[in-house]
Amino acid sequence: MKNKFESRQYVIGGIIIFIAIAFIIQLFLLQVVDTAYKVSADNNVFRYVTEYPGRGLIMDRNGKLLVYNEVAYDLEVVPNFMRSFDTLELCSILDISKEKLVEGVQKAKQYSAYKPSVVVKQISSKKYAILQETLYKFPGFAVRTRTLRKYPEPIAAHVLGYVGEVNDKIIKSDKYYKSGDYIGISGIERSYEKEVRGRKGVKIYLVDVHNSIKGSYKDGTFDTASIVGANITTTLDAELQSYGEKLMQNKIGSIVALEPSTGEILALITSPSYNSNLLVGQERTKNYMMLQDDKLKPLFNRALMARYPPGSTFKLVNALVGLQEGIITTNSAFSCNGGYHVGSFTVGCHHGGSIDFLHSIQGSCNSYYCNVFQRILDDKKYGKVSVAYNNWRRHLASFGIGRKLEIDLSSELSSFVPTSEYYDKIYGKDKWKSLWIISMAIGQGELGVTPIHMANLTATIANRGYYVIPHIIKSIEGKKSIDPKYLEKHYTTIDRKYFDPVVDGMELVITSGTATRARLPGVAICGKTGTAENPHGTDHSIFVAFAPKNNPKIAIAVYIENGGFGSTWAAPIASLMIEKYLNDTISRPLMEEGMVNANLINEKKQ
Amino acid sequence: MTTRKVNIVKSADWITILLYLMLIFMGWFNIYAAVYNDEYNSIFDTTQRYGAQLLWIGLAIIIAFILFIVDNKAYHFFAYIIYGIVVFILVGVLFFGKEVNGARAWFELGPIGLQPAEFGKFATSLAIARFLSSFNLKIHKLENIVIILLVILTPAFLIILQNDTGSALVYLAFVFVLFREGLTPWVLIIGVVVLLLFFASLLLEPLTVLISLYVFTIILFRLNNNKALREILIATSVIFALSGVIWLVVYFFKLPINFYFSVVIAIFLAGVYFLFYAYKKNLKVVLLLIAFFAGSLIFSFSVNYVFDHVLQDHQQKRINVLLNRDVDVKSAGYNVHQSKIAIGSGGFYGKGYLKGTQTKFNFVPEQSTDFIFCTVGEEWGFLGSVTVVLLFVFLILRIIYMAERQRSVFGRVYGYSVASILFVHFAVNIGMTIGLAPVIGIPLPFFSYGGSSLWAFTILLFIFVRLDASRMELF
Repeated sequence: MKNKFESRQYVIGGIIIFIAIAFIIQLFLLQVVDTAYKVSADNNVFRYVTEYPGRGLIMDRNGKLLVYNEVAYDLEVVPNFMRSFDTLELCSILDISKEKLVEGVQKAKQYSAYKPSVVVKQISSKKYAILQETLYKFPGFAVRTRTLRKYPEPIAAHVLGYVGEVNDKIIKSDKYYKSGDYIGISGIERSYEKEVRGRKGVKIYLVDVHNSIKGSYKDGTFDTASIVGANITTTLDAELQSYGEKLMQNKIGSIVALEPSTGEILALITSPSYNSNLLVGQERTKNYMMLQDDKLKPLFNRALMARYPPGSTFKLVNALVGLQEGIITTNSAFSCNGGYHVGSFTVGCHHGGSIDFLHSIQGSCNSYYCNVFQRILDDKKYGKVSVAYNNWRRHLASFGIGRKLEIDLSSELSSFVPTSEYYDKIYGKDKWKSLWIISMAIGQGELGVTPIHMANLTATIANRGYYVIPHIIKSIEGKKSIDPKYLEKHYTTIDRKYFDPVVDGMELVITSGTATRARLPGVAICGKTGTAENPHGTDHSIFVAFAPKNNPKIAIAVYIENGGFGSTWAAPIASLMIEKYLNDTISRPLMEEGMVNANLINEKKQ
Repeated sequence: MTTRKVNIVKSADWITILLYLMLIFMGWFNIYAAVYNDEYNSIFDTTQRYGAQLLWIGLAIIIAFILFIVDNKAYHFFAYIIYGIVVFILVGVLFFGKEVNGARAWFELGPIGLQPAEFGKFATSLAIARFLSSFNLKIHKLENIVIILLVILTPAFLIILQNDTGSALVYLAFVFVLFREGLTPWVLIIGVVVLLLFFASLLLEPLTVLISLYVFTIILFRLNNNKALREILIATSVIFALSGVIWLVVYFFKLPINFYFSVVIAIFLAGVYFLFYAYKKNLKVVLLLIAFFAGSLIFSFSVNYVFDHVLQDHQQKRINVLLNRDVDVKSAGYNVHQSKIAIGSGGFYGKGYLKGTQTKFNFVPEQSTDFIFCTVGEEWGFLGSVTVVLLFVFLILRIIYMAERQRSVFGRVYGYSVASILFVHFAVNIGMTIGLAPVIGIPLPFFSYGGSSLWAFTILLFIFVRLDASRMELF
C-alpha cells in the first residue's frame, strides 16, 4: 500500500546514514589518527617498577671494608592512582607533618602524574613495618626499598666522598637518572660512580583499575635485571689512614702518603674531617648545613685543594734544576754571611762562611738557593730572564707542579706557579729582574703547592726521576686492569744522576740536619723541612720525606697550618707515619703521645 | 479483507534473521572478553556474565521461535491488550519493584531480574501501529494528536518515575515513525534547531549566537523570496545603525548595558517596525520568520537558565563531559575518558581478542552492558568498530526497506517503530562511547549484557519479522 509520504523514507534513511558516517569519521579520528589514546592506555596498565641495585662495596688495599650498604625504605606515590585517604593517619604512621606530606605530593604531581616519585625518604624499618600493613588504605602509595651507605669506621671521609640525590640538572643531562635516584657527589663515589652504582633494573607489570598487579608484561621479556655495583678496592691503607687522622686531631692541615713506585695513595688525610655517617639518612641536609657552617671548614679537602707556599722543601727542586742546567755542581759552594745580600736587599739566613751543596740541603741555607735561583734566571744562554724563567717552570711541570696531575679524585686543584706573563703584567714586559722574584728560591712568594703535589714531588725524588700519577683505585671487581694512565711512568726533565746527591742531602737532614727529631733507628729516612710564611699568622709547619732511602716504600708530605717550624710538628708526625707503615709498631710512644695530644687549633684562635 | 496462505518460513526475511544472529553472537564474544578472567574458564558458568548471557540467548531464540509460530493477525488483534498489560506492569514496578542504582525499575523473579521498561518499547510500537492503522486516520486532528501523545508518553512518563530518564528518552524515536506517517516536518526541523541552539548557546558567546541566528533567518528568507535582497540590505543596515546609536547613547550616559544588549535592543526595535510593515503588506513569511527569530533568541536566553536551574547535577555534568567543558577525568568524565582510551588505543586492527588491556583490567565501568562497544573498539580496532556500525546500519535500513514493502499500515508503522527504536539505541549508545553523545545509560541492542534488553529487542524484532513473513497474505 503506497501513500503520499513514501518519499520520507529517504529522509529517515539519510539521517541514519548521516549518523553512521559521523561515527565512522569519529572512530577513524580516535583509532587511526590520534595516537595519544594508545599512550594513555599504556599509562593505565603498565607499571614500571625500578629495582635499585646496591652500590658496590669499597675496601682498603688489604681488603678491609670501608663502605657497605644498609637497607632503607622510601615512600613513593603515583599521583594518578591516588584516591582520597586519611592524611592524618598516614602522617601519624610516618611521624611527619601534614604540610610535608602535602608538599611532597604536590612535587610528585609536578614531576609526573603516572610515574612514581618519592614523597618521604628513608623510613625506618620500624615505621615501615606498620606502614606495610596499612598501605592498602592509601591507594597510589608504595614503598620502594633502597640501600644507604654505611661506614664501619668513620675514616677517610674526603676520599670516600658521599652520595646524594640527583638534581634537576643531572636528570636533564643524563637519561640514566630519574628523580629521587642517588649519585656519587664527591670522592670515590663520584669518580667511580659508573662502576660503583651498578645498573638499575626495570620490571614491567600489568595493573588493573585498582592498581593491583595482574602479572608481568609478556612474561618479563622486556624486563631488565638490576646489576649490583662493582666492589672497589682502593689503594688506601686503612690503618695508616686511621693513624694519621688520629695524629692530626686538633690540628689543621693535611698528610698525603704515596707508594712511590706505583703512585698509589696510601693515606690522604685532611684535618679537620667529619664522620661520613653524618651525610647519610634523614638528618643529612641538617648535618650538611652544620658542616658547611663550621669555621674550620671540615668539608674542605685540604689535601687536594689547599695551596700552601712550599717553603724550604722547594729548595730540593731548585737544587735539581740548578744541577741539570749546569748552574752548580755538587762541588759548588756559596758564602752565607747571615743571609743573601744584594745592596740593601737581604734574605735572612743563619749560616756563616762557605756552604757546600750537601750542607745547603742539610742546613736549608737560604743564601745558597737565592744564589742558585738568581743564576738560573740570569743564565746567559737563555738571554732574557723570562726565557730562563719559563725553562725553570718547564722543569717544575715535569714534576707535576703548576698543573693538574689528573688524579682520580675530582676535587684536585692545580698548584700555582706564576707564568712569565703574570710578571709581565705586573712589572711590564721583560722589565722584571731575577732579584724581584727571588723569594721563590726558598719556596715563598706567589707559589702555591697542594699537599698531594708536594707528596708527588717527594715520590719523584724517591724514584730518582719519575712518578706515576697518584691514584686511589687499586682494582675494580670484574675489570682486569685499572685505567692505564695510572700505570704509566712520567719521567722528569732532570737526569737520574742529579737525584743521588739531593737524596744524600735529604738523608743528612734527618741524621744531622734540620729534622733530627724525625730520626727513626733502623730506617734510612730522607726528608726536608719547610717553614712557610703566611700572611694569616704563625708559619705553616711542613715536612716531606721518603723511606727507606733505597727502594723507597713510602713518600709523605705533612702540612700543619700555623704549626711553626717544619721540624716542630710536621717532621715527627711524618716520622711516626713512616714507622707505622713500615714497622707497624710505634717505638716512640712519648713522641706519639705528644703529637696526638697537641692542640694547635686553640693557638690559632688565640 | 481476503487472505491467502503463504509459506512463512520461505517468505521470512532471512537476511534480518542472519543479521540478528550475527549481532547477538558478536555481542556474546565481546561480553566474554569484557568479563573474562583467568579464574573462571567454563563458558557455561552462569555465575559469570558470559555464561548467563549464553542462557539468555538460548531463551531469546526460543522466544523468537514462539513469536514466529503465532498467527500474524494476533499482534494486530492483541495490540492494545499487550500495551495495557505492559503499562499495568510499569505502574506495578513503581510499587513492587526492586531498586538498583537509584532506579526502581526491576522485578525480581527468583534469580532473574526483569526490567519492564525494556518491554514498553514493543508494546508501545504495537499500540501506535494499531492506532495509526485505523481507517482513514487524520494525524493532525487534535483528538488524534492527544491520543498518540498519550500512547507514547504514558510509558515514557512511568519510566521517568522509575528514575530512568535515559530509557524514557528512547520514546522520542516515535517522532520518526509519525514523520513517516505524515506528521509535519516542522516537528523534526524544530527539534534539530532546538538541539543545535541548545549546544550553541552553551558553547558560544551570546553575540555569536545572535549573529548566526540573524544570518540563518536571512538565508531562510532568501530561500523563500529571492527578490528580497534590497529589503535584506536595508534591514541589516538599519539594525547596524540602530545598534551604533544605542551603543553611543549607552556609552555616553555610562548606562549599565553591554554591547550585546544594545544590539538586542536594536534588533527588537527594528523587529517591531518589520512586524508592522509585514502585517501591513500581508507578508506571512516575514511574520513567521520574525516569530522564529524571536523564539530562537528567547530559547537561547533560557538555555543557560534551564541548564543551571532545571537540569540535575549529574545531567549537567554529562553535558559538560560531552562538550568538553571543565571535565574532571577522575569523576564525571571518567567513563567517557576511559571509554575513548579503550577505543582509541585499539588502532586500526585492534589489540586482538582477549588482549585489550583496558578491557581485561576493568578500566571502563559497565563494560559488559552500556559500554560494550569499548571492547569492540579496543580488541577489534577500527575494522571491527566499522563492521559493527555497518551491521547496525544495514539492519536498520533493511527494516525500513521491509516496512516500506508492507501492505498494511499496521505492518509499516510497526516496522518503522522497530527501525527507529533500534536507531536511537544505536546512535545514543555508540555516540556515548566515542564522545559524540552525552552519557545516557541505554544498552546497545543485541550486544549489551542483560536478559531483559535482549529479550525485549528480540520480541520487538521478531514480531516484525513475523508480520513481514505474512505480508503477501494481504491483497
